[in-house]
Amino acid sequence: MHNRLEPVQTAAVKQGVPEPISLPSCCPCSAAALSKGEVCVGAELKALSAAGWYRSASASGNGGRAGTAPVFQWWQEVTGSDCVSPTTPLPASRVNVVFIDRSGHRIPVQGRVGEDVLHLAQRHDIELEGACEASLACSTCHVYVSQELLDKLPVPDEREEDMLDLAPQLQENSRLGCQIILTKELEGAEFTLPKITRNFYVDGHVPKPH
Amino acid sequence: MAIEGLGWEGIGAWPGYRGVGVQAWELLSTAALAPQICVVGSGPAGFYTAQHLLKQLLKYPHHRLARVDIYEKLPVPFGLVRFGVAPDHPEVKNVINTFTQTAHSDRCAYYGNVTIGKDVMVKELQRAYHAVVLSYGAEDNQILGIPGENLSTVYSARAFVGWYNGLPENRDLKPDLSSETAVVLGQGNVALDVARVLLSPLDILRTDITEGSLAAIACSKVKRVWLVGRRGPLQVAFTIKELREMINLPGTRPLLDPADFTGLGDVIKDVPRPRKRLTELMIKSALEKPGEKEAARWASATKEWGLKFQRSPLEVLPAADGKQARGIRMAVTRLEGSGESARAVPTGEVEELECRLILSSIGYRSLPLDSSIPFDPKLGIIPNSLGRVQGAPGLYCSGWVKRGPTGVIITTMNDSFDTAQSVLEDLQMGVLNLSNSKEGFKSVRSILHSRGVHPVTFSDWEKIDAAEVARGKLAGKPREKIVDPQEMLQLISH
Repeated sequence: MHNRLEPVQTAAVKQGVPEPISLPSCCPCSAAALSKGEVCVGAELKALSAAGWYRSASASGNGGRAGTAPVFQWWQEVTGSDCVSPTTPLPASRVNVVFIDRSGHRIPVQGRVGEDVLHLAQRHDIELEGACEASLACSTCHVYVSQELLDKLPVPDEREEDMLDLAPQLQENSRLGCQIILTKELEGAEFTLPKITRNFYVDGHVPKPH
Repeated sequence: MAIEGLGWEGIGAWPGYRGVGVQAWELLSTAALAPQICVVGSGPAGFYTAQHLLKQLLKYPHHRLARVDIYEKLPVPFGLVRFGVAPDHPEVKNVINTFTQTAHSDRCAYYGNVTIGKDVMVKELQRAYHAVVLSYGAEDNQILGIPGENLSTVYSARAFVGWYNGLPENRDLKPDLSSETAVVLGQGNVALDVARVLLSPLDILRTDITEGSLAAIACSKVKRVWLVGRRGPLQVAFTIKELREMINLPGTRPLLDPADFTGLGDVIKDVPRPRKRLTELMIKSALEKPGEKEAARWASATKEWGLKFQRSPLEVLPAADGKQARGIRMAVTRLEGSGESARAVPTGEVEELECRLILSSIGYRSLPLDSSIPFDPKLGIIPNSLGRVQGAPGLYCSGWVKRGPTGVIITTMNDSFDTAQSVLEDLQMGVLNLSNSKEGFKSVRSILHSRGVHPVTFSDWEKIDAAEVARGKLAGKPREKIVDPQEMLQLISH
């Protein structure tokens, strides 16, 4: 029921950089995406890769091997989702940042310009809660940012300051993750999650069973 | 690699299935080691504890089959998120989506309509589960301890909040809203909530507030609400977001005595940021000339609210009929010490305030669940260390019953994660003996069955939820809460 489009042999395609392609309306995710002005390339990528047109250009070692899963995964890494707005320039929209989790582990992740830090964290399974779902009604997405980063970010809204007032272990460099919007300027930024438990093994050490 | 004697050789011969065969064997052999944990209470503490346990347990191969069961005495879940958060604060309730995700985990089960301490005892839970976490919160309130507090027009703020939020036990409260002035004793966020609900324009209130209470408020004569505190402006317990909301409440004006705030600006220069910003806002509203828009709003306001400081309630004065209140007599106090630990000391002076409706908002209070559980009646908490109940291995606590009835979502979230860490540690260290296999809900089910108790499952709740949303739609509200537990049970054909 899904009409396959003819594979496009542009130079960009041969290098593994997909161009946004319109999908027919029978594509399962296009209805919702199209209503937002987005196009879904996920399903089409699957079709094209099965035909051998895509080689993964990522550094993860999938280069040269055609197959649905690696290409689709690469696509998700590049864009962060199955759907992309046709106006978003693809490689330029990536922002590499680092989360430092509550046990002190550094976790580098790739975000997108325009994405908020809470959404980014949750997309990568980083343990940052968002109880009120970014409505400025809680402080569960509290993170620390570096001083240079603090200077680059826009000054917090009064409502964000009000909620930060309730965050435990508030510091000068505290911000709410849901209010930090990624820009290219934030490339290399580090976000540290506050330690939230008083429990002895707060460093995440797992004691061996007897 | 075939595993001899277990009949997996055939499966082992299929290359693609080798992994699955070994996994299945591992699962079977570890089923006996799977921790069975239960949580008592389905509010934020219960759900956050369950969430953290389930997530962290995924990291340990033997615990993939762990189960966390959540028990709740009402048919419906979510505790104070449903019954405490004000109707005009729907974003705070978004956390229900997080809790719903937890409940949908195949390693989690919700059992409503089960009263621990009555339908099943904690000792019986301990026989069925390796660990029992008590997260049942604070269902009672602090009492004033003054004459007249049981007069008919004096209510606890807890009951009033329960009334407008559809808590079944408060549905017949019928608060007396027939006089102009109401007094709220206490200056915390609950006090602000009740003041706001009493004075808000109805269109702001028309959310998931119950139909019955909205109708009563529509006929309310209350025009003025005083929030009375024993101490001063530097000791108010409410927070800045809620204060700002009150100051900006359409149709109302604040009554703040400049004398209470003069000179305060110097005192707060070095206090922590939250207290500083909060006090600055009060000072600004009390001392600064309002902007044009604000001045116009205040001039045309038909309702008002104010803060009275350094007044400690002595007696509620009865009306001529001896049943209702006609006013409240208060001791004028002075402060000894400063900051958060300042104490209010009577000066000998006394003042009276005329009012009929009095709402006592001086704190919630936990009750002991079951005589077998240690409980500190003075502090109103279960004695514990990092969530481990003192003197009761295998028993834990989280939330208000562990720390006391204060704090917002993040405080409860952090403390629930803390308790979950204690449970996880005890599992890893062998303090909880997993070689004693436990039956979990299987044994509780037969106990409940023998006592004629029918638990409500999460999908039952989803039917009730859908019905409430559908009824709400007819009234232009996000939901119309069902306030009768019998009606809830009938809906799911129990």
